[in-house]
Amino acid sequence: MNLPHYLRALRGISTRELLRFVHQRERFISALVRPLVWLFIFAAGFRSTLGLSPTPPYETYILYEEYITPGLIGMIQLFNGMQSSLSMVYDREMGNMRTLLISPLPRWFLLVAKLLAGTLVSILQVYAFLLVAWLYDVRTPLEGYLGVLPALLLSGLMLGALGLLLSSFIEQLENFAGVMNFVIFPMFFLSTALYPLWKLQESSQLLHTLAQFNPFSQAVELIRFALYGQFNIYASIYTLSALTLFLSAAVIGYNPSKGMMQKKGGK
Amino acid sequence: MENHLLLVLMAILLTCSNSFADTLYITLEKDNALAVVDGNTGKLIKTVKIGKRPRGIVLSKDQKQLYIAASDDNTILIIDTASLKPVAKLPSDKDPETFAIDPSGEFLYVSNEDDNLVTVIDIAKRKALKQIPVGVEPEGIAVSPDGQWVVSTSETTNMVHWIDRAKLEIVDNTLVDPRPRSAVFTADGKQLWVSSEIAGNVSVFDVASKQLIKKISFKIPAVTQEKIQPVGMRIDKTRRYAYVALGPANRVAVIDAEKLEVIDYFLVGQRVWNIEFSSDEKRLYTANGVSNDVSFIDLENHKVVKSVPVGQYPWGLAVKP
Repeated sequence: MNLPHYLRALRGISTRELLRFVHQRERFISALVRPLVWLFIFAAGFRSTLGLSPTPPYETYILYEEYITPGLIGMIQLFNGMQSSLSMVYDREMGNMRTLLISPLPRWFLLVAKLLAGTLVSILQVYAFLLVAWLYDVRTPLEGYLGVLPALLLSGLMLGALGLLLSSFIEQLENFAGVMNFVIFPMFFLSTALYPLWKLQESSQLLHTLAQFNPFSQAVELIRFALYGQFNIYASIYTLSALTLFLSAAVIGYNPSKGMMQKKGGK
Repeated sequence: MENHLLLVLMAILLTCSNSFADTLYITLEKDNALAVVDGNTGKLIKTVKIGKRPRGIVLSKDQKQLYIAASDDNTILIIDTASLKPVAKLPSDKDPETFAIDPSGEFLYVSNEDDNLVTVIDIAKRKALKQIPVGVEPEGIAVSPDGQWVVSTSETTNMVHWIDRAKLEIVDNTLVDPRPRSAVFTADGKQLWVSSEIAGNVSVFDVASKQLIKKISFKIPAVTQEKIQPVGMRIDKTRRYAYVALGPANRVAVIDAEKLEVIDYFLVGQRVWNIEFSSDEKRLYTANGVSNDVSFIDLENHKVVKSVPVGQYPWGLAVKP
């Protein structure tokens, strides 16, 4: 096994993921509509009710639309990460995964390739969303559109790795509703996506602490700073650590001799 | 060649830094103090205690002195801009809030809200020359650029009183919408703009005929009309754009001063009261009374750049180049 083999596998997996994304037009539309509904309707309702005082990276007062934009980018990646995990379950049920897993390449590499492919799709979704937001007059400094790319890669990988980890636990497609209820919603609402930490602290110290340690919060903050051309070291290290943790656990989870696959193998 | 390029770059850098080399002086109504802010970096340089409840603030012609109305001390202080120490006091009578200075720098006119008077002060002699009775609760005051007119707006009578500068007497009155707060002449002296706090609009008058040209109203999505309370105004020298602070609406309106139409709104801090241009008119500074900060607006790029905490209840500002 040498580099070309690895690259060919990476290309194969990425192409398949992209093709699947392009062919499922409904998926693309719903991925775009979901954050836009939040931006156009939810944020409009709160436009002036939440007086947001300037906290870094913001240097002056902003409208609520501008505040939740990084949070909605996070939401796109969170849903995409979970959707990838859903597709893993589907692949397993349909038997496609067997083809993938019998490849002579190491399993960790196959998982990382799958993760990268999913993240690539989520980045495309994010830029489509940013374009619509720009037309709606929700804009960030120009350098932010480029600066956010590495942040999107890191946060997309982290959320995708979480999805992979979860997919190793989910037995059937129907269980995805559980993921919505117990993972996506709590992660999204208990984060800095919709309200700054100090706002949460005003109502509950416990919620504040939980949101502070929520890896999704740190991913959102990483994106938020990057959109304004700034680098948030703490958020990057936190997100990178979460990625390492989730990915290692997912690799173990997908290891036939150790992880969850073995338990499911008998079925 | 490289040297030339370097020189050009340095020249550009120098002009850039020069254009923002303003010093801002901000009266802090609750702190009884004056805040000094670097217009370039937005950093608070220092805060000095001056007098009780400082509000109106104007820079002298020679830029060496600041006139500051210390409302609860019933005086107008003259502060040296270098030492930031009071050098003299002017007899303004009770509760001075807003005041205006002659283009010649000779007289200063103060609204005495409680006594329904405008006090005329000879700055050099530091003496009150005359008190002119005006409508109930005089507030806004302005002197025309040619020095011919002094106008005073009375908040309860809802009038603009036209005072002839030569006679120091009211020669005419014009009705305006409820609670006129601020009056500003355009640089060419042809128009007078008056903001009405309760009516939520700005009336533009032709100075020659004293007739209303147009009323400008404001509408901001998701902000109730009651919150739109126009106060401080600034019109650029070429009369291209005008800016109006909208109080609790937390916005500064941008007006096309030729068409007299609102173009846009800038989101700034809470209860934006008074505003001032930078010396090159490329920036606008706003005093935000409730959020205790000053917002910097980049007028060229049409963007609020930053908001800097300065102290409690910033009321008015003066800019020294």
